[in-house]
Amino acid sequence: MQSKQLLHGFNSSFDRWVSSFSFLLFCASSIPAWGSGMLLQELGPQEYFRSLQAGRASLAYFSRKASPGAQPFLEQIENSAEALQDYGISVVKVNGDKDCESSTCGQEAGILPCFSHRVKYVETLADLQNIEDTLKGRSNMVFAYVPATGTAEHRAVMEAAFVYGTVHQFVLTTEATLLKDTGHEDPDVSSARLLFCHCQQATDLAQPCRRTAMGQALTLLNIHRHLKLMGAPLVTEVAEDPEKVSTVHLQLGLPLVFILSQKDTYEADRRTAEFVAWQLLGKAGVALLSRYLLLGVLGFPLLFVVFLRVLASQNVPKFPPVLCAPVFMHGCGSLADIQDDQVAEAVSRDKKRELPLEQILVLTEETFHSALLEAARTVVLFYASWEAVSLAVLQSYTEVADHLKGTQGVLLSRVNCWDWPGVCTEENVTQFPTIKIYQKGEGSVMYDGMWGTEELTSFIMLSRVSCPLKLTTIEEAEGYLRGEFPSELSSYHHTSVLGVFSTATSEGYFGQVLFPSLFFRSRKYAVSPPALLFARSGGRNVEGIALSKESTQDMVQMIRYELLDIFPEITVQNLPRYLQLRKPFLIFFSDGDIGQMESKEMLKLAKGRPRQAFVACWLNLKKTPVGHGVLKVYFATVPSLPLLLWVNLHDGGQVFKFPSEQTVTETNVLSWLERLKAGLEIPSTLSEEDWKPPLPAYDFLQMMETAVPELPLHNSHHHGDPPVPESPGGDTTVREEPSQQTKAEKVGSPGRDLRGTAPRLAAREKQGKRHSEL
Amino acid sequence: MAPAVCRTLLGLALYAGSLCAAGSAAFLYHDYCVIGAGPSGLQMAYFLQQASRDYVVFERSHAPGSFFALYPRHRKLISINKQYTGKSNSEFNLRHDWNSLLSHDRRLLFRHYSRDFFPNADVMVRYLEDFASLLKLQVQYNTAIVHVTLEKDEQAWNGHYFLLTDQDRQNYKCSSLLIATGTWVPNVVNFPGSEYVEGYETVSINPEDFAGQTVLILGRGNSAFETAENILGVTNFIHMVSRSRVRLSWATHYVGDLRAINNGLLDTYQLKSLDGLLEGDLEDLAIVKDKKGKLHITLRFYLENRNTSAGSDSITLPQDELDNFATRAPYDRVIRCLGWKFDFSIYNRSLRMMPGKGNKKKYPQIKPSYESRSTRGLFVLGTASHSVDFRKSAGGFIHGFRYTTRAVHRLLENRHHGVPWPSIVYPITQLTNSIIKRVNEASGLYQMFSVLADIILLRENATTFEYLEEYPVGVLAELETQTGRKAPNGLFVIIMEYGRNFSGADKDVFYYNRAVGEAQHAWQSNFLHPVIYYYKHLPTEREMRLRPPDWPLPRPDAVHHIVEDFLTDWTAPNAHILPLRRFLENCLGTDLRNFFAESCFLFAFTRQKLPPFCGQGYLRMQGLVGSEGLRRHAVEASLLEDYTPNDFSGDKAPDSPEGSQDQLLRDHVIPVRPLQHLVNAKDEL
Repeated sequence: MQSKQLLHGFNSSFDRWVSSFSFLLFCASSIPAWGSGMLLQELGPQEYFRSLQAGRASLAYFSRKASPGAQPFLEQIENSAEALQDYGISVVKVNGDKDCESSTCGQEAGILPCFSHRVKYVETLADLQNIEDTLKGRSNMVFAYVPATGTAEHRAVMEAAFVYGTVHQFVLTTEATLLKDTGHEDPDVSSARLLFCHCQQATDLAQPCRRTAMGQALTLLNIHRHLKLMGAPLVTEVAEDPEKVSTVHLQLGLPLVFILSQKDTYEADRRTAEFVAWQLLGKAGVALLSRYLLLGVLGFPLLFVVFLRVLASQNVPKFPPVLCAPVFMHGCGSLADIQDDQVAEAVSRDKKRELPLEQILVLTEETFHSALLEAARTVVLFYASWEAVSLAVLQSYTEVADHLKGTQGVLLSRVNCWDWPGVCTEENVTQFPTIKIYQKGEGSVMYDGMWGTEELTSFIMLSRVSCPLKLTTIEEAEGYLRGEFPSELSSYHHTSVLGVFSTATSEGYFGQVLFPSLFFRSRKYAVSPPALLFARSGGRNVEGIALSKESTQDMVQMIRYELLDIFPEITVQNLPRYLQLRKPFLIFFSDGDIGQMESKEMLKLAKGRPRQAFVACWLNLKKTPVGHGVLKVYFATVPSLPLLLWVNLHDGGQVFKFPSEQTVTETNVLSWLERLKAGLEIPSTLSEEDWKPPLPAYDFLQMMETAVPELPLHNSHHHGDPPVPESPGGDTTVREEPSQQTKAEKVGSPGRDLRGTAPRLAAREKQGKRHSEL
Repeated sequence: MAPAVCRTLLGLALYAGSLCAAGSAAFLYHDYCVIGAGPSGLQMAYFLQQASRDYVVFERSHAPGSFFALYPRHRKLISINKQYTGKSNSEFNLRHDWNSLLSHDRRLLFRHYSRDFFPNADVMVRYLEDFASLLKLQVQYNTAIVHVTLEKDEQAWNGHYFLLTDQDRQNYKCSSLLIATGTWVPNVVNFPGSEYVEGYETVSINPEDFAGQTVLILGRGNSAFETAENILGVTNFIHMVSRSRVRLSWATHYVGDLRAINNGLLDTYQLKSLDGLLEGDLEDLAIVKDKKGKLHITLRFYLENRNTSAGSDSITLPQDELDNFATRAPYDRVIRCLGWKFDFSIYNRSLRMMPGKGNKKKYPQIKPSYESRSTRGLFVLGTASHSVDFRKSAGGFIHGFRYTTRAVHRLLENRHHGVPWPSIVYPITQLTNSIIKRVNEASGLYQMFSVLADIILLRENATTFEYLEEYPVGVLAELETQTGRKAPNGLFVIIMEYGRNFSGADKDVFYYNRAVGEAQHAWQSNFLHPVIYYYKHLPTEREMRLRPPDWPLPRPDAVHHIVEDFLTDWTAPNAHILPLRRFLENCLGTDLRNFFAESCFLFAFTRQKLPPFCGQGYLRMQGLVGSEGLRRHAVEASLLEDYTPNDFSGDKAPDSPEGSQDQLLRDHVIPVRPLQHLVNAKDEL
């Protein structure tokens, strides 16, 4: 199923290729040796074919009426008849009058060497089937229909038979009915046809042989080409660099389709490849590529990887590979067309859904300044409606709006910078998205946290509390440290930072600190002012740090550091904070909550002597499922859990696994760490690969050069040469190329007409005219 | 010596226009002198004023825009004044407002002055008056500069001062001279009988004066057709003679060619309504007046050969020999509408103001930086600067030169005041966005296509870049000296282009399949579309000189075309943004994709290096968490792996085809290359 759909798309893009090639033809027209007969006989075509005897060669002259010019020649033929007779070759004059319906045959009259033993003439379907049946399992058949004898097509078939007659059985007919019977619905009986019947591989005697029609006009070259293609192996297996492969198809200027195969799916891939090959027979070759790094290049899956290669030559532009994969709506596309940006793709898949934006006020150039005066705090999301990350954040923002519904004093709003660039420039917004919180009558604060619903919500909630918050009573202070005061914060998990100052030192410190804090006089927490108190998890854990003469920046740094947990659970959201410490991680992977034992031991390690040297932490795979992905990279499959790892993400990127047979105790871990330090364990190293362009881009420069070679694109190094004027022919070259390509393309997907700058709403009936109009 | 002293004194003086006596001649000094208070002169005045520069604008009339007070004679401007675009983006809307000048004052948008799509010229005069007065521009009216010369002085900015003399013999001295006089001298052709020809400047605009008359119009520009349009309904017939064939602006994409609004005569000509167009060289023409006052067309050749003693009756007319000669019918009036040229007369020889060559002879020769070819410090602005992009872009028209004037101002700020070209530095993650934003809204790039370009200068390691807007692409090689910015690590040049060979006087611009829809064929786009050139090194002047004809730039290291768009909206994620990102990625050799925080988390744990988006966002605690719904979409698109324990447990029936397929997909989301040692270690256990 999958492959059929893909083929549909593939064929269309493929046709484009074929149609745009100028075929590289090589002429193998053999000069046929003349046949012979007895004396010149005059026969009608039917009689002539009937008279053909197996094993006898004949020289036939087809003529409608002996034109005066041909007369001397005819005389020569007659003269030679006798001589040829000695060689067992009969000379026959076939009167084509009654069969000659096509206007061409009169002009095309000429000599036809006929090798009766190589071409069988059939009149009925039964004859044809008889021949076919006898050939099954033995050899292939070439079946040709010519509307009239003596035509150029007829001649081409006969000449081809001379070359290939010993390889394939040639069968000829002039009966139009036979053409219909062989499966041509509504055939155009005025033009010649050639079918290649694959009888050699036919195993089922009841079934007719598979047939491949030749698409091109019946000329000797085309037949030769077709037979050559039919003779090539159906699927070529390739293990080398696809750029180095050479097959008949490539030599003939046809594309070669590579299908990527994997070890475990080889059989299925082989079947797919054969299926594809049958569909493309005569148009393109199929190669099964057993191993190729394409997947690594892509970084994401392709169920069915196909890409084309065409022999690059002077005449054929080198196209970027075409790839067929489920990611393409139309089945196939260029590698460059694959949307591999997860955010952009996710947003575009979501575009039909209407966001619940009612809660968010839309601001314009006119309303922006007045809106800021309405609420105590106005949150403004600056975004661009065309930008994927902006739209992703807008989604989270609507969730924030939902959480904060009914909250007093906060107004959520947005400015689309694509509509109102003036506001955004004025507000110094140069990147999308940007969130700023404007406090009435004061300045604004730029949000610089995670673009997530939770983080944003709590930031907005915390920003409602004035900062620093001045606490005047000991009750307020204790309530604050318990996280109960002010009441609007009680439901948001946060750490309270309390500045303790004596009146004398209270000036000049807290201007820049963003955490809710307070002026407070107390000695309860065993620090003397000035000092900072940190209260985590509802005041159960309060720590104090004495202050000396730190600068504001140092203090911010200190608070940031103190806000980090001693033995944190690593999540997607908080990892960057711990990464900033630039220390190795001693990380405990647990499927669910961490066990009490391990927790205790790990905490001991965290608090212990080497605390400064590493970050002891744990990861809950249930809460942070992406941890599975991490383990999969480390171990290929997920090992048994729980699991303790030493991960040094900084210098060198080394990973060590704590032996799973040992129990996680402080002593065991410490001695293991000693072994690591001593270099007794062999580290595994994380990939230090650079982030290269994931996929190629269109090489327009090369396309331009190929299509318009006379265009003096090259930086000519000929000194002082005047620029070569563009030749008038350059014009048409440029123009013709796209039309042919787009034509075939548009057949494949009708919707594509409605693009560009001049859509064609009713394109189909016009297609035939395109070339002449250019 | 005196001027230098004077200048020092002036430096102390806080106000402009101090009087300074040097020798016998008294002169007034200004850093910048602008001649002409038309649209470009006022536009330059605005920028100089904003930058608090010492400048003055000289205007010979009593009010700004004196050209528009008289022209166009029939008062209809052919510059569009589009009220609605369906968009509120003020920058974008300027693309369709061809009359406004640039300013910070939103009142000074032309749509507040007229609701007509093709406004009346009187409105333009009123607009320019308001522009000068509301913005308090320093314009000195009733001052006609009649002579300009140079005074050599090594102390001067450019090695010389410009000395200007007005009609009252008042002298002015300036360090930099900005010429915004436009082209206002009517083109006149002299031939026998040309005294019978009326000029466009003075011809009646009352159609009744032409009732029942037969009229010959010389010229084939918009003024000729505008004149014809006005009297089309009342004349017997109108013939129009000109050397060149008619050039239709919709075929050439050049706004100065014949506009559809004026082309009524083409209609009546081709619909056999007696009017007609003829090609012929006006230099060969002669006009003879008969006794009845009718004007006969003959050839100069006949006049030269005739017997001088004979009377006017004996003059040979072409129809005497060719009795079907096209213009054998006598005319009542002959009107000259041949356009205007630059006034070269006021410049001293030492300035070497040379007319351009060929069809550019009506303009002075200037460099692509708008500076005179021979006199440093002399810049030509506005219509007179159109030689840079004559018959190509919009530099001769308000909607074009308002941007080139700004560019000149930026060049001057850098050269004389050490203010580098304005730029914004962005992290590399904003590279695609910054380009998409500009190509979608920027008006300067759009109007001055192929002339002004945005420049992206890459900083070291390509982690940040600097964005410069609307730099004159013709002087790309001089970028570093002209802007004061450095380009050591390569650059992108963003311009807009029409398809090569698409536009032209006799091209069929409506042929089938003129539009390209596929991104992969974008280089064949015909309609105006963005093109991005990438250079690893700033092109040299030699490379600029040897660039292919019709190419705005030399051969780049890579080039990208964003496919033309019917709506000129280049924001489609797959057709526009994705191919652009690929191009940028491949030029820079990096990965510019966006990632959800979860992916960055995975990369942080499993790779030593992070893609820029994770490094500049997630690692700085600004990761994109993304809503549940979006992450699900990404998983469905196989671009994000779903590790939720349920799906992962592995006990899903392996025989279900869907399941196995998912598994197959998932296996490759991130190329799995297990750490060899860890795998082995596991095996041992």
